[in-house]
Amino acid sequence: MAALEEEFTLSSVVLSAGPEGLLGVEQSDKTDQFLVTDSGRTVILYKVSDQKPLGSWSVKQGQIITCPAVCNFQTREYIVVHDNKVLRIWNNEDVNLDKVFKATLSAEVYRILSVQGTEPLVLFKEGAVRGLEALLADPQQKIETVISDEEVIKWTKFFIVFRHPVLIFITEKHGNYFAYVQMFNSRILTKYTLLLGQDENSVIESFTASVDRKFISLMSLSSDGCIYETLIPIRPTDPEKNQTLVRSLLLKAVVSGNTRNGVALTALDQDHIAVLGSPQAASKECLSVWNIKFQTLQTSKELPQGTSGQLWYYGENLFMLHGKSLTVIPYKCEVSSLAGALGKLKHGQDPGTHVMPRFVNWETPQGCGLGFQNSEQSRRILRRRKIEVSLQPEVPPSKQLLSTIMEDSEKHIEVEVRKFLALKQTPDFHTVIGDTVTGLLERCKAEPSFYPRNCLVQLIQTHVLSYSLCPDLMEIALIKKDVQLLQLCLQQFPDIPESVTCACLKIFLSIGDDSLQETDVSMESVFDYSNSVHDEKMEEQTEILQNGFSPEEDKCSNCDQELNKKPQDETKESTSCPVVPKRAALLNAILHSAYSETFLLPHLKDIPAQHITLFLKYLYFLYLKCSENATMTLPGINPPTLNQIMDWICLLLDANFTVVVMMPEAKRLLINLYKLVKSQISVYSELNKIEVSFRELQKLNQEKNNRGLYSIEVLELF
Amino acid sequence: MGEFKVHRVRFFNYVPSGIRCVAYNNQSNRLAVSRTDGTVEVYNLSANYFQEKFFPGHESRATEALCWAEGQRLFSAGLNGEIMEYDLQALNIKYAVDVFGGPIWSMAVSPSGSQLLVGCEDGSVKLFQITPDKIQFERNFDRQKSRILSLSWHPSGTHIAAGSIDYISVFDVKSGSAIHKMIVDRQHMGVSKRKCIVWGVAFLSDGTVISVDSAGKVQFWDSATGTLVKSHLIANADVQSIAVAEQEDSFVVGTAEGTVFHFQLVPVTSNSSEKQWVRTKPFQHHTHDVRTVAHSPTALISGGTDTHLVIRPLMEKVEVKNYDAALRKITFPHRRLISCSKKRQLLLFQFAHHLELWRLGSTVATGKNGDTLPLSKNADHLLHLKTKGPENIICSCISPCGSWIAYSTVSRFFLYRLNYEHDNISLKRVSKMPPFLRCALQILFSEDSTKLFVASNQGALHIVQLSGGSFKHLHAFQPQSGTVEAMCLLAVSSDGNWLAASGTSAGVHVYNVKQLKLHCTVPAYNFPVTAMAIAPNTNNLVIAHSDQQVFEYSIPDKQYTDWSRTVQKQGFHHLWLQRDTPITHISFHPKRPMHILLHDAYMFCIIDKSLPLPNDKTLLYNPFPPTNESDVVRRRTAHAFKISKIYKPLLFMDLLDERTLVAVERPLDDIIAQLPPPIKKKKFGT
Repeated sequence: MAALEEEFTLSSVVLSAGPEGLLGVEQSDKTDQFLVTDSGRTVILYKVSDQKPLGSWSVKQGQIITCPAVCNFQTREYIVVHDNKVLRIWNNEDVNLDKVFKATLSAEVYRILSVQGTEPLVLFKEGAVRGLEALLADPQQKIETVISDEEVIKWTKFFIVFRHPVLIFITEKHGNYFAYVQMFNSRILTKYTLLLGQDENSVIESFTASVDRKFISLMSLSSDGCIYETLIPIRPTDPEKNQTLVRSLLLKAVVSGNTRNGVALTALDQDHIAVLGSPQAASKECLSVWNIKFQTLQTSKELPQGTSGQLWYYGENLFMLHGKSLTVIPYKCEVSSLAGALGKLKHGQDPGTHVMPRFVNWETPQGCGLGFQNSEQSRRILRRRKIEVSLQPEVPPSKQLLSTIMEDSEKHIEVEVRKFLALKQTPDFHTVIGDTVTGLLERCKAEPSFYPRNCLVQLIQTHVLSYSLCPDLMEIALIKKDVQLLQLCLQQFPDIPESVTCACLKIFLSIGDDSLQETDVSMESVFDYSNSVHDEKMEEQTEILQNGFSPEEDKCSNCDQELNKKPQDETKESTSCPVVPKRAALLNAILHSAYSETFLLPHLKDIPAQHITLFLKYLYFLYLKCSENATMTLPGINPPTLNQIMDWICLLLDANFTVVVMMPEAKRLLINLYKLVKSQISVYSELNKIEVSFRELQKLNQEKNNRGLYSIEVLELF
Repeated sequence: MGEFKVHRVRFFNYVPSGIRCVAYNNQSNRLAVSRTDGTVEVYNLSANYFQEKFFPGHESRATEALCWAEGQRLFSAGLNGEIMEYDLQALNIKYAVDVFGGPIWSMAVSPSGSQLLVGCEDGSVKLFQITPDKIQFERNFDRQKSRILSLSWHPSGTHIAAGSIDYISVFDVKSGSAIHKMIVDRQHMGVSKRKCIVWGVAFLSDGTVISVDSAGKVQFWDSATGTLVKSHLIANADVQSIAVAEQEDSFVVGTAEGTVFHFQLVPVTSNSSEKQWVRTKPFQHHTHDVRTVAHSPTALISGGTDTHLVIRPLMEKVEVKNYDAALRKITFPHRRLISCSKKRQLLLFQFAHHLELWRLGSTVATGKNGDTLPLSKNADHLLHLKTKGPENIICSCISPCGSWIAYSTVSRFFLYRLNYEHDNISLKRVSKMPPFLRCALQILFSEDSTKLFVASNQGALHIVQLSGGSFKHLHAFQPQSGTVEAMCLLAVSSDGNWLAASGTSAGVHVYNVKQLKLHCTVPAYNFPVTAMAIAPNTNNLVIAHSDQQVFEYSIPDKQYTDWSRTVQKQGFHHLWLQRDTPITHISFHPKRPMHILLHDAYMFCIIDKSLPLPNDKTLLYNPFPPTNESDVVRRRTAHAFKISKIYKPLLFMDLLDERTLVAVERPLDDIIAQLPPPIKKKKFGT
């Protein structure tokens, strides 16, 4: 549940904020410290938890800062631009901005953008972008003009998407808005035109954006008080063409249209946004947090002294100018839990808790283990310092493994994993396996070519993994169509969600026979049916000869006639397996998996009709095989049980009945199925009668035990 | 081992009466239980929950309150308007004092144990001073409008809380005036009931008064301000009883739905000093109203209309997880209600106010183990003998020859002579009982039916010679000087020479009947005797104690037999010691001197002294016959205890002749069928 905590002001010193408020609030290299640039001459470094400034730097009288100071995370230096063209770079030790590094550029800078993990970018007012290093190598280099005349940059943001920096900036020209997306690995600049829809005359007041896997979700707050969302693809389909983007309404009438001081919004996380503005025309300004998924207002806070219409969000803090002072409102969005909803007592957690590892090892007491490790480490450090060896220090094999995963080749990783697994199981075995898989999967995601299949198979076979520990594993396997891995997961994981089971089923049904041949799936659950086909045929024929049993005597004689046309086909169809053994093995894995009907049914509806028919045919075949012997079981080591087969037939028919009924090729199958079920029902009704007689017998037996008030019995003691 | 024809008797239509009050005594770890027919029983919780003493009931005496005072003194008060004190040594009522306030509904003893407070029908609360040999009326408190149904003292003894109809009063003990009147809400599940009866109150030392009422509420009141602090609605029916632990950190309430709820004082959050009462555990061990509850330091005790006494140990208070940590449900009395005439195959059943005489049937058929044989003659109900007067029967006995029946109430002793002429039976009462034969605690006939042994409540044992239709008092063994302890168990040897008598706590005395003198006293043992018998020929006295130990004592040698010493050296099988009902009857096989037959409520056992004793590793109870095991295996696994658990609950089992046993069972379902219907509860799906 999203919640705003108690606000606090950063300093009692009144900032020299102009009518437009502050120039900016930016992160510094330490999580708790932020650079605040006012609209005059000063940059102040604040430590939020202490609520006090750590340092303050000003440019000379007459100069004016035009671009908020940012931190270069790679060098831990601060960068600021004054008088549009003069770049200053300094660090914490510097006192006077006049004496620090200075570079005069040839064009006016709009903003310097810096995020963790990459070099800062400089965005010029004409739309050109340069990396800081390249720019400093030749400060006077020529800066090209990207955007047209009278086009003004309104807003910009810098992301890292799949380790690649992506820059987006929005420009405005005569009430039209354009979005530029610059990819830095490919140097592609894509221009989009934002279509405003019906509200042509509305003005966009504020922007924010968040990044999904494939899209930049650009949210804009319009002057009509509504929030719109525009999805901008990260990888453009056709970069040359000028593309248009349509925005869709996300939230209606969040703030009143005509506010005095302007409004602002910022995305907090995937589902939450913060909006600054007054909800109604007359009322005071508010900071409100909305859940865009459910379109609900989560919380709001009144700001009676008015704001500058600016809002920044870093870490877990919202920054804004409230009245004359910079105010910080911590924002928390805790995962709501049932325990929380039921009012379970929250245990006071001491603030200095260290971060717990993601995988908890239940076999070793947590506290002791940590303590031991720490002392070990410190001792090691001491020793290292003493000896001053440049050799790699001795690290536990698990750590070594993790570092290997991050860097080495697939082959090497495989060897390392095998080495680790061959070791005696250490007490932290579970945690290491969990960390290893997460590490591998993270790398898989980042590097599409990286897919350490054999390692993953080995790790799954340790029996310590489950779906919830590494949901990405099956996702990646699904993308790669790795049926062997999927089968293994289905066999090993106890907690696969129905949607994933269904996705596996889709792949198992759709994958081509030729590609199946190459795979190495476990054939344990499949019995070689082919050799029994012959006997089966014989048996059936003799049966018909002996007692003259003909199912044609049923009421649906007209259906039977149709069937009789191809009696040869029918026997063939029912006695030979409709799928190749490898696919049968995969489908058996599905049959064995656990599921909940309610959650499975909707996903089953998505499977194409011909695949449904194929699966039904296979199930029908299994059912026939089952009913061949008295125990109603299939041969083999771990075959599907009759109940599993029946349940899946019911599920498939339930989910796709209308579709299957309409398909001509499924008709025969359905009729066969119907006839079989009917004959089975008649058998069972006979069994039912027998059961009743037996029950009577048991009742008689019970009556014998229940004696009256008096009896004489024989007792023998041994 | 032996094949028997067993007369399996289920027509003993015995229904125990419901439990009305329980009172726990922390000093002696004893529990007093009163039943709706006025019977009061004392259980020794230290001696394996054995029912040590009992006081017979009385029709006009419905006990409504029971309490221990001044340590070991037991008082009761009832609807006849009297306070009674029980003599726990002589097992009779010491005195009864009329309080002149109409029926008494409640009684509470002061924390010091020296004062007794009773609440009466007329709304008066009366204070009595307990003097060493009596009680003395001291004064009345302010009279209330309606009957006082519950009373509780503040632990300091300065205030009391009294529950009445629709309100609770708080009295100042010094002045005797009511300082607060707290009105209880009549609303019951949104419906206004006619009256709200405060069934129980408890005064805690912090001034909190806890009340339970007929609207199903448990309420907490502040006695200083007279305000309601908290209310728990816990039942759809009446909450009828409450008991608080001595430490005041937990209490227990019982409802008319048969549920017992445990409330505990627990911290609001972990490591916070602020505590609140929380309903922690519900227990459903009863089917009917839980009329009374008690809270011992380690267990919750409850009893009610369904006649079970339930002792539920609190697992967090039990230090050792031994057999005491198990739930106990006591339903049947730990004494014998049935006697049997072996010669005529008669059974005499003792009820509260009448006796029944039955003749067993017969069969000519034979069969193998487990067979039910066809009856050639069914069992006959020969006699239904009603007592005169309101008093319950204490004990009864039929002579082995079947021609004498004797029974006793508190004030009279009755002896009847039976004459059998073909199928007719005639009964003649022997009149003119001597004055010393007034109240018998135990009656026994000698094997040849010529002598009658009577244990009187004065501690004396009388020997009476029976001949023809008359009797002659032979001798009285007077108790040893200084003791007045009543004897409640008797055993006589088959040759009639030895008489063994056991009291409630002291050892077993053996008298020589020929020489009319005390022969010896069996060494004292910590646990009370539950059954004893003298073996024929050898005259070995076999004694069963409540801790499930069995001793064999040779009367002629005045010492324990070798077998008994061996048993004690090796110890009994742990499963034997873990049985939770006492052995109530011991008998012997006339032709097999090595066999001892004994039974408790759930098993019947023949101990073959010639076989090795089982150790803890061997299987004690093996219900399956040896099928195709080789003789070697059988011999190796055979041990002295031959147990049968076919008959249960077993109230009586005896050997009629060499090949015939009689077993009297009383199935619990038959008892439940005779109880009033319980409160109907809606169950899902019905």
